[in-house]
Amino acid sequence: MAGLGRGAGGLGRCSHAVVRAPPESLSRQALRRKAKASEVVDFARAEREFQLYVAVLKSKLGLQVLELPADESLPDCVFVEDVAVVCEETALLTRPGAPSRRKEVEAMKRALESLSLNIVEMTDEQATLDGGDVLFTGREFFVGLSNRTNRRGAEILADTFKDYAVSTVPVSDSLHLKSFCSMAGPNLIAIGSSEAAQKALKTMQQMSDHRYDKLTVPDDEAANCIYLNIPGKGHILLHRTPEEYPESAKVFEKLKDHMLIPIANTELGKVDGALTCCSVLINKTSQL
Amino acid sequence: MPTEVGSEAEVKESEKLETNVERENVGDAPECQNEKASETEEGSPTPQIPASQSNPRSSGGKGISRFIPPWLKKQKSYTIEEPKDETKNKQPLTSEEQTAEEGESHPPEEGAQPKGKLEDTTENLQEAKVDEGDKKLYPAKEDSKEIVSEIKEDKQEAEEEKRETKEVQTSEIKIERMLPKLPKRTRTVQCKVMLLDGTEYNCDLEKKAKGQVLFDKVCGHLNLLEKDYFGLLFQDNSDQKNWLDVSKEIKRQIHNLPWMFTFNVKFYPPDPSQLTEDLTRYFLCLQLRQDITSGRLPCSFVTHALLGSYTLQAELGDYDTEEHNSDYIGDFQFAPNQTKEMEEKVVELHKTHRGLTPAQADSQFLENAKRLSMYGVDLHHAKDSEGVDIMLGVCANGLLIYKDRLRINRFAWPKILKISYKRSNFYIKVRPTELEQFESTIGFKLPNHRAAKRLWKVCVEHHTFYRLVSPEQPTKAKFLTLGSKFRYSGRTQAQTRQASNLIDRPAPYFERTSSKRVSRSLDGAPIGITDQSLLKDVSPSVIVSAGDKITEAAGQAKVKVGEGTDVDGGITKMAQLEDGKVETEEEENRKKSYSLTVDGENIYVRHSNLMLEDLDKTQDELLKHQASISELKRNFMESTPEPRPNEWEKRRITPLSLQTQGRLTPQTEELSMGTSKTTKSSHETLSVVEKKQAEVGIEETIVTDDTNRDKMQVVSAGGEIQKMEHQLKKNSSSLSSDSSSSESEDEAGEYRPYQQITQDSIKEELEENEVIKEEEQQKADTILCVNISEEISPAQVTVGHTEVTEGFAQADEVATETNFPKLDKQGLKEERVEEQLKVNGEASHIDIDVSSQIICCSEPPVVKTEMVTISDASQRTEISTKEVPIVQTETKTITYESPQFDGSGDSGVLLSAQTITAESLSTTTTTHITKTIKGGVSETRIEKRIVITGDADLDHDQALAQAIKEAKEQHPDMSVTRVVVHKETELEEEGD
Repeated sequence: MAGLGRGAGGLGRCSHAVVRAPPESLSRQALRRKAKASEVVDFARAEREFQLYVAVLKSKLGLQVLELPADESLPDCVFVEDVAVVCEETALLTRPGAPSRRKEVEAMKRALESLSLNIVEMTDEQATLDGGDVLFTGREFFVGLSNRTNRRGAEILADTFKDYAVSTVPVSDSLHLKSFCSMAGPNLIAIGSSEAAQKALKTMQQMSDHRYDKLTVPDDEAANCIYLNIPGKGHILLHRTPEEYPESAKVFEKLKDHMLIPIANTELGKVDGALTCCSVLINKTSQL
Repeated sequence: MPTEVGSEAEVKESEKLETNVERENVGDAPECQNEKASETEEGSPTPQIPASQSNPRSSGGKGISRFIPPWLKKQKSYTIEEPKDETKNKQPLTSEEQTAEEGESHPPEEGAQPKGKLEDTTENLQEAKVDEGDKKLYPAKEDSKEIVSEIKEDKQEAEEEKRETKEVQTSEIKIERMLPKLPKRTRTVQCKVMLLDGTEYNCDLEKKAKGQVLFDKVCGHLNLLEKDYFGLLFQDNSDQKNWLDVSKEIKRQIHNLPWMFTFNVKFYPPDPSQLTEDLTRYFLCLQLRQDITSGRLPCSFVTHALLGSYTLQAELGDYDTEEHNSDYIGDFQFAPNQTKEMEEKVVELHKTHRGLTPAQADSQFLENAKRLSMYGVDLHHAKDSEGVDIMLGVCANGLLIYKDRLRINRFAWPKILKISYKRSNFYIKVRPTELEQFESTIGFKLPNHRAAKRLWKVCVEHHTFYRLVSPEQPTKAKFLTLGSKFRYSGRTQAQTRQASNLIDRPAPYFERTSSKRVSRSLDGAPIGITDQSLLKDVSPSVIVSAGDKITEAAGQAKVKVGEGTDVDGGITKMAQLEDGKVETEEEENRKKSYSLTVDGENIYVRHSNLMLEDLDKTQDELLKHQASISELKRNFMESTPEPRPNEWEKRRITPLSLQTQGRLTPQTEELSMGTSKTTKSSHETLSVVEKKQAEVGIEETIVTDDTNRDKMQVVSAGGEIQKMEHQLKKNSSSLSSDSSSSESEDEAGEYRPYQQITQDSIKEELEENEVIKEEEQQKADTILCVNISEEISPAQVTVGHTEVTEGFAQADEVATETNFPKLDKQGLKEERVEEQLKVNGEASHIDIDVSSQIICCSEPPVVKTEMVTISDASQRTEISTKEVPIVQTETKTITYESPQFDGSGDSGVLLSAQTITAESLSTTTTTHITKTIKGGVSETRIEKRIVITGDADLDHDQALAQAIKEAKEQHPDMSVTRVVVHKETELEEEGD
């Protein structure tokens, strides 16, 4: 019990996952950045990719996956990461920056309550926070200040997770902080090569008392990967497929200690969805 | 390495001896030292007794010496009675303590001199140590034998004394000195100390007792050996908590406040598992419990519960179903806002800890607590440049900037070039980073001057404690303290760890008090609640003095010089190694008399080189820099300047005579003036200097660059606040001459008040430069003269290294002047970038024993710095542009060395090696003593490294000269092999 999963060693520990199926409304109504406005989402393919994603979590990794039903009135509801930040036994239900997404929180709240987590709700109407802007390194939080996340939201997160330092990182060119970075292992930050990504990384490095290793990949989108540390399976990394980002995949393939699982995310990627966006990972250490 | 014998000790001796012994002993340094010591002992009723403890050696030399001082102080006071007896040891001793414990006997009569008063007890202590060390070091010598025996006796006695000291310790050195033989006990004052377990410790202290006496008493009461992490807090009238400076008199710090203190953790060990004793961990746990319940250390619910459960396990042992009913934790407080739910969770977790011993539970507690983001972070309220409320957090790794609860920026120690404060403003100058291309100075507004000073002190202390490398390291990597002479006087973490490793005693038994008591006590007295105001306020008296200084910089300089001179001159310095001490004393004296300039710039600077070492990014730059330096060295080597003995001797003679007289001869005055100038930047000084030059007839090669001039001016300007203000007006007029100066004025509103350049100085930059250089040269000459010694002592060959590093920094922007005229000429003229250093080498310094000396001057390129007030990294870019004062920073490093000595003593069997380090505010003296046997001839090699750091307030030249002089006196055979001058200068140019 001791340790609370603190420190880099606890990063990636995971027993449960919450996901939510994509609604058909996603292809047309999901929020997307202007740059990608012209890309058409193949919803059928999106569903297949999502199902594969869930299958990996459930079957391959043995997680207990809570699948929430899609809600057609919430086109972005598949991106559950944005509505909850879970660290250890505490879950912060966010107030998404996009007003159209705020109702997504309700289903998530019920799901997390069923896991008997300590639930904290962000009720301050001045606060906005998307989980996609929250990077937890195992030692501390970085919160991207983006169009979706403001300082007040970050403050509430800091209040919720008092054990950890919460540093803010300006994010201007991307949707979320994690649009170009993520944790690829304990103490290892995967980071895109764009100028914005590199700048953000430097900011994070300056802010941190810890020294992180970095894994630089050519593509910002590919820098969003999912690191898991499953007992009996070791280090696991879900990353974008070589078909999508061949150069970046090569970089991942150099990670020798990780079990690499390529996952395609072509369709949701068109609406700014990344791998981490589609799940909330939870580690229930005590089954009380 | 047994490093105990600190330069400090030397200082003492030197002081004492100065009057009588030193000169007599001149013949052999080692012998002289020993003799001195013996003489001193004999001569004075209270002999310096040295120390009984060789033990301290084990403690790890460098650090020890520092620590010692306080103890010694205490001891000294007691020692008055008899030399042997005097060797009192406060505590049983861990290595550290032991070292500290070394008994000192002060010859009250001798000590009675004014210097003695001025000097801090620490000095005395140090001296005592030194004596011991010397004795040890020079066993071969005639005197040594005697000394040894004495030492042993002393040791035995010392233990007794130690105990005694604990009881009595209050007496002060000053008093002792004043009152030669009889330890007079002044009126005693009742002292209350709130301990971490909520109990109260009462004791009587002499009214003049220094903080160390009380601190040692408390630690003795607690049976605490690893005490360097702890400190005493007192609450000032504004309810701010201040750290008691153990090196200073208590009453001077608390004034009319009641003598009530709280015993707290001052430096939180980043890894508590590295603490040696469970007892220490226990006290840390108690502190953290206070921090947690007071809300100072925020925790999540789960962490509160977990830590609480470990507390229960430590306090109550295994959970017992029968004994521990639902209410059993009702009296414990685990969190600021404790809920029933939390208590239930605590109990639940407590049950899982079955089998953990109290010590194990404490360890687990600490392992979890240390990971909390606010662990060991000392928060200070401030505002950024835009008036936004922020918090500045000082911690082991650096400075953290918070807005509300969010960390918005962070400055690791290695990235901070300078820390300063002026008035209520606090500044840090940071290295260029990946995010920012230029060095920048970031300013914060503190609620008031005292808060700014408190923050500054905390930063200085934390940086020193956590970052200072052991003194032994070749790099003189130390920070420069400018302005305020305040420095952390205790051991660094590295040193305390080293000392802790030597702790050899059975784990002391102690009872854990119920944490409820703690919490209750907390309720009664908000011990943990107060902000961490770790700064010590020593200042009131100091401030006053400072004011004086401000009024007349020149006067101050004179005074300083005069004091130093008197002391030195009047008293032959006995100290063996103690150059450092002497300087220290001087500094201390200055402090006392002038001490902190209140408004003045207080700058804490590090060598850029040092800084570079830590930075990954800067590595390349560093390498380049070093490479350039090495090139310079080569060049210099090749073109070895011709020694000019004649001139040298002349100069040497003069200064000595002056010193001896103890007066300020015109030259001396000039020198002092010069220093003062640097500090204050008064042109008048410069003119004076010029006069000197004329007198001296120094050869000058002056290359003046605007930049240099500017720098010079700026530096000088930085000197005194008050003057500055007055001068500002003047400056404005003068500004015309220098753009930089004008800028300073403009900015003055915010930062520059410090930097003011007198018009006079501006008049002729060239002249100034020359003057300064000349001054420097003169100073250097003096120094050299002093140092330069002649040859070899009879039996032993002693090689002395004296390195003097001078740094000048101004509060806002640092302007540093390097004063090494001598060096320059000898060989090196190097012009780097904008600034050209002139080498006005005068043969004089060089001459000494060594035939060839190498001088290297390297002046790094000028760096333009933007003043950035913004603390928020994310916003920084935007903000920085706002106020765009460009600051040019120059870093000059001048190395002056004679190759001969290096590497000597290769062959032979190493018998022993010792390193002694003594630090005063502005001076760090490291003495390496190695004993080897070569072909049946024992050789003792003494290397002394003296690092003088300071800003304008400090007369570097004088300090240097003093150091060299003392060293030379101590070790006639000693020669100066290296002089390194490191200047960091910032020039401000108009933002245009």
